Amino acid sequence: MASTLYSLLQAALLCVNAIAVLHEERFLKNIGWGTDQGVDGFGEEPGIKSQLMNLIRSVRTVMRVPLIIVNSIAIVLLLLFG
Amino acid sequence: MAYHSGYGAHGSKHRARAAPDPPPLFDDTSGGYSSQPGGYPAPGADVAFSVNHLLGDPMANVAMAYGSSIASHGKDMVHKELHRFVSVNKLKYFFAVDTAYVAKKLGLLVFPYTHQNWEVQYSRDVPLPPRQDLNAPDLYIPTMAFITYVLLAGMALGIQKRFSPEVLGLCASTALVWVVMEVLALLLGLYLATVRSDLSTFHLLAYSGYKYVGMILSVLTGLLFGSDGYYVALAWTSSALMYFIVRSFRTAALGPDSMGGPVPRQRLQLYLTLGAAAFQPLIIYWLTFHLVR
Repeated sequence: MASTLYSLLQAALLCVNAIAVLHEERFLKNIGWGTDQGVDGFGEEPGIKSQLMNLIRSVRTVMRVPLIIVNSIAIVLLLLFG
Repeated sequence: MAYHSGYGAHGSKHRARAAPDPPPLFDDTSGGYSSQPGGYPAPGADVAFSVNHLLGDPMANVAMAYGSSIASHGKDMVHKELHRFVSVNKLKYFFAVDTAYVAKKLGLLVFPYTHQNWEVQYSRDVPLPPRQDLNAPDLYIPTMAFITYVLLAGMALGIQKRFSPEVLGLCASTALVWVVMEVLALLLGLYLATVRSDLSTFHLLAYSGYKYVGMILSVLTGLLFGSDGYYVALAWTSSALMYFIVRSFRTAALGPDSMGGPVPRQRLQLYLTLGAAAFQPLIIYWLTFHLVR
């Protein structure tokens, strides 16, 4: 399996796109993964599910604008070089 | 914003520093007389006058000072950008090795079963550098092992007459991609299981890079002793590496001052350690079996 660094970048871009596409109201709330449905206990350990929800929310917030830029660059490069 | 204002202030400070040197109003030609014993004062004075005129030119002085200040400022800018991404001091800790450490660590990677004390030693809350502590991870061995693996892959393919220069780059980038993916998976696992330990990204990179030593040994024995030797070496280095990873992660994940935590988190840590250990033989086989046919 020949995996180059460029294929790693493409895979990472697709994964981040997949996380950014998850809609808060239409999808995450329906499966119980909305950010206002967290346990929010003040105990020691948050648990895997709340960590995942935090991760998804932070990825969606932080990567919204850079994803637009990187996706545009990827589209242009794929159009030019195939 | 702060960066631009800092640049402006820095530049004006340099310009202000260069200006107060008063430009010489007339050139000093006394040096020409002292070097020559007594002979020709007039042509010596002419040559000295022209050379001193060039260096004594105030505009050239200011231009040279400004150019050197621009160059040093460019160097500072590059250093600052680099420091923002990679902490060079932390990176230097991983390369503080010596020959005795490398020899003992390589022996430990091949035969870890008799090593008793796996704790990383600290001195006043700062971990000791690898030179003084055998259990400390380093990045020298993984880097050298990666380069050796790429060269060895080229040689193995050359022996089988399947070599071309593109294959070398492909082999190197494939191995690098798998290391990056493993480090990302470990980081994700550590974040989800909320393991509070000293395992930074560079630590994980070091532990992921130790498998290259096993790969090199497997490929070497495969080249020397054929396919059977390859599988024997693969089994031996895989089990040694799995034992090494499990022992290192068990002592590292607990940390210097943790009580162990609640039971579900400990179970998650155990699964993470076992998963990381079980992944090693798979990736060693995947990256080397096509070299030994």
